[in-house]
Amino acid sequence: MRQRLAHGGAIDRDKPLRFTFDDTAYEGFAGDTIASALLANGVGIVGRSFKYHRPRGIYTAGPEEPNAILDLRHGARHDPNARATLEPLADGMALRSIHASGTAENDRLAFVDRLARFIPSAFYYKTFMWPSWTAYEHRIRALAGLGRVDPATRMDSAAHRYAEAEVCVVGAGPSGLATALAAARQGQRVLLVEEQRELGGSLRHRTTVIDGVSGAEWVARYEIALQAAGVQTLRRSTALGLYDHNVLTVVQKDVPTSPNGERIWLVRANRIIVATGAIERPLLFANNDRPGVMLADAALVYLRRYAVKLGERVVVATNNDSAYEIAIALRHAGSDVQLVDSRGNADPALSAEARSAGVAMSTGTMVEAVVGSRVVEAVMLSNGQRVAADVVAHSGGWTPSVHLYCHAKGRPQWDDAVGSYRPGAAVAGVDVVGAAAGLWDLDTILRHAAEAGGGSSEAAPRSDSKVRQWTAPTPLPATGPGKRVWVDLQNDVTADDIGLAVRENFSAVEHLKRYTTVGMGTDQGKTSNVNALAVLAAGTSRKIADLGTTTFRPPIVPVSMATIAGSERGELQAPIRRLPAENTHRGERAYFRDYGGVLRPAWYGADADAIAAECIAARTNAVVFDASSLGKIDVIGPQAAALLNFVYYTPMSSLAVGRARYGLTLSEAGIVADDGVVLRLGPAHFVVSCSSSHVASMAAALEAWRQDRFDLAQVFVHDATAHWATIAISGPKAKGIVSGLGLGVALDDAKFPHMSVRDASFGGRPARVARVSFTGERGYEISIPAQLGGQLWQRAREAGAIPLGIEALGALRAEKGYLYVGQDTDGETMPHDLGFVGPRTKRQDAYVGDRSLFTPAANKPDRKRLVGILVEGEASIPIGAHAIEHIAGRKRSLGYVTSSYQSAHLGHPIALGLIEGGMERGTVEIEHLGQSYRARLVSPCFLDPKGERLNA
Amino acid sequence: MQQFPCPWCGHRAEGEFHYAGDAGIDRPDRTVDDKAWAHYLYFRRNAKGAAHELWIHSAGCGRWIVLSRDTVTHAVTGSEPMV
Repeated sequence: MRQRLAHGGAIDRDKPLRFTFDDTAYEGFAGDTIASALLANGVGIVGRSFKYHRPRGIYTAGPEEPNAILDLRHGARHDPNARATLEPLADGMALRSIHASGTAENDRLAFVDRLARFIPSAFYYKTFMWPSWTAYEHRIRALAGLGRVDPATRMDSAAHRYAEAEVCVVGAGPSGLATALAAARQGQRVLLVEEQRELGGSLRHRTTVIDGVSGAEWVARYEIALQAAGVQTLRRSTALGLYDHNVLTVVQKDVPTSPNGERIWLVRANRIIVATGAIERPLLFANNDRPGVMLADAALVYLRRYAVKLGERVVVATNNDSAYEIAIALRHAGSDVQLVDSRGNADPALSAEARSAGVAMSTGTMVEAVVGSRVVEAVMLSNGQRVAADVVAHSGGWTPSVHLYCHAKGRPQWDDAVGSYRPGAAVAGVDVVGAAAGLWDLDTILRHAAEAGGGSSEAAPRSDSKVRQWTAPTPLPATGPGKRVWVDLQNDVTADDIGLAVRENFSAVEHLKRYTTVGMGTDQGKTSNVNALAVLAAGTSRKIADLGTTTFRPPIVPVSMATIAGSERGELQAPIRRLPAENTHRGERAYFRDYGGVLRPAWYGADADAIAAECIAARTNAVVFDASSLGKIDVIGPQAAALLNFVYYTPMSSLAVGRARYGLTLSEAGIVADDGVVLRLGPAHFVVSCSSSHVASMAAALEAWRQDRFDLAQVFVHDATAHWATIAISGPKAKGIVSGLGLGVALDDAKFPHMSVRDASFGGRPARVARVSFTGERGYEISIPAQLGGQLWQRAREAGAIPLGIEALGALRAEKGYLYVGQDTDGETMPHDLGFVGPRTKRQDAYVGDRSLFTPAANKPDRKRLVGILVEGEASIPIGAHAIEHIAGRKRSLGYVTSSYQSAHLGHPIALGLIEGGMERGTVEIEHLGQSYRARLVSPCFLDPKGERLNA
Repeated sequence: MQQFPCPWCGHRAEGEFHYAGDAGIDRPDRTVDDKAWAHYLYFRRNAKGAAHELWIHSAGCGRWIVLSRDTVTHAVTGSEPMV
């Protein structure tokens, strides 16, 4: 019978908190964890096991908990995998067991356990192979697994925080506190990270005396001293991983400003002090998963911190000295206690102390099995004795928490005396102190910790605790039919499963883990790894020291994806670039789409039917188009022409001041990287107007070659794209509209011909007008300071220009055979494949990609070349459709369609493509999803090949 | 997250930099044969241990630097301006 004691514990009995578990109402107190509140209410079964649906109870009091993982709803918060042993209880929490069909108490899937002998490790993968595992996976996954994410309760998390410290101490137990204060008193900036709400670690429930006062009193004194010494403390904060150059990631809980209550910290420190303590190791015996079986230290935690009396008859099973204090404390709390020590040579003084407290003693024997079908009813000892019990508190020794040391590439070393791995050779910048280093004697721990903090051993806190045997190798149980010994409770792995893996030769640790899943799951084997090694070693007649460990990887405890994402979600994760005149376009009923990371008007009006009308307007009237995202990269200085000459395939140094030139850039592999227009504003001032989606890469390429080959004082690159709005006006009536905008530029074609640029002004502000064309019509591109974009747009509209979106522009430029780099080119396209052969044959000076244009591959006659495609019939062909030829009954691709439109102006479909051999091929068969088309290959330019419309 | 010394800005977080390939590769002129050009384009040491790499301090001063570091231990031994 579990109950709350009338006195004691660090709970506030004046502050009752109501909560529900599996729809039953309970009450706990402020200061409770969910686990302590459930135990105090007598709730034994808190969940069902992962695979066999066996009833499971609370097993630990810390982050190593394998069983007590609950679905938690509290206000707007939903955590599908809350860890009951760490989560503070709050008023109004609604908790559910996560892996039961119904409730944990009555699980409709409990029958699965009776099938257990038919479904050992790897059963699924061996059995469900036909037709494929995926045909069964979803049904089997529904039977297994942990909590379910509810998309309706998505919660954001706070932005990550960054911290720097000279010393970061992880863990605020005795060793962490001693190190932190010693370091702070040396003048170091110290950050102390503690998983629990309170400092003190084991001192909060173990009986100790330090510097003449109780452990609890010593912690209280240290807390004040740490604050006075300027130590910064993060509580409810768990280290997740230690990364390169001493960066520690930490998840902090109970953060009031974070929507999901959590926050990630990235802490960089010169030194990381690992004071993470040790985790108690279970003893192995049959039915060791029955609710009521728990780790001994956890039993003491629930008694001392939360005043929970766990049962009337407790068996404390141990192979070491650490459980004696627990047996005595449980006896004092009113339970009948039988202490079962597997050692024949138990410490006589301790034994006497236990006996005098009223603890019954059995030594030289061990618990062999738990009796009881749902909860603990009795235990069977190896000496044949049956002991009635409702709780089994057991300790198989202690396993140092070496995770952080191992993340820092430390190599753990097996220690027979510890019965576990402990840190081996030192790692620069990382010190391991306390139980995490495999130390148990408190006085030694405090002295060692103070020295690690830079203090002297004389000034270290002193404890008169006697060295006792806190840990020892786990004695192995007898296994066999009817004796199911659970090694990994969370993943339902038994000692027999490990035996099966060994028989099937999965006997290397990494194989064993993957074959049986031992050590996987949200607890990552914190209670099971070392015992699994012990069973494996016995099964293969090897020493544990020779087995090695599996790799310790972050995160040490589970952390939600939302918390890892922090504020980097949606637009904060992938910011979209916006046009300065976006609101003006919204006023024009623009339909927006993301084009290469820029949100731009696709068309104007209710639906895509607007596109055809926009195309017609561009050829017959005048249109206005927002081209603000086009690149405007200033290249300035005496060597600006030389830099552009090198970066561009098309020579730029011969460009006259006031003129513009279309050009291509290549990668060093000779592949077309971008196309754009270069304007020459002055002898030493160029503007690179590259494509919208290549602005960053062009600026980077210019800067890279500048720093690599040029005098930095002679040429400068400045990306001014965002500083300017660019409004393009084109069409047969464009000149009249532009002349009315008051730009102060003479539009006489003789003085201002196509492909030239003039300084201008707009509203008293500097402006630039370039005569360029994307549509094949007469065109003016007007750049003004960004904030004036909407104003200029309105003026053009008032003068009669019709809005043009990107989709119509795409069709217009295709009619002219103007290519889009990246759409009409691919990762093999070279300039001569596009018809730009001049520089390749004429240029002798160096330019990016030059040598690549003369390799055997570049010279092949059957390279894919850009062509126009005229399909027979009315329908346009889909982009991506392949031109094919038939060779010996097999189809072979000749290339594919890259752009395809229904031309409103021409009245028939047009397409561009990259086809082997180019238009000389004449006609081709094009196939797409079983449908076949005949098509004629023509010049990519479908309209006005002489370019007369540019001046019309 | 590693920490790199920028010769211009001092110690900065790795996230401020972009990796830009091996340092010390000279661009040949176009008279070289196909094989030499292919080596310039594609063949790299893929060093295990000491490596000299180009990094751009893109979220800082924008300069290209040569970083000396160990690809096994991730220890950084120094940095200098790209010349």
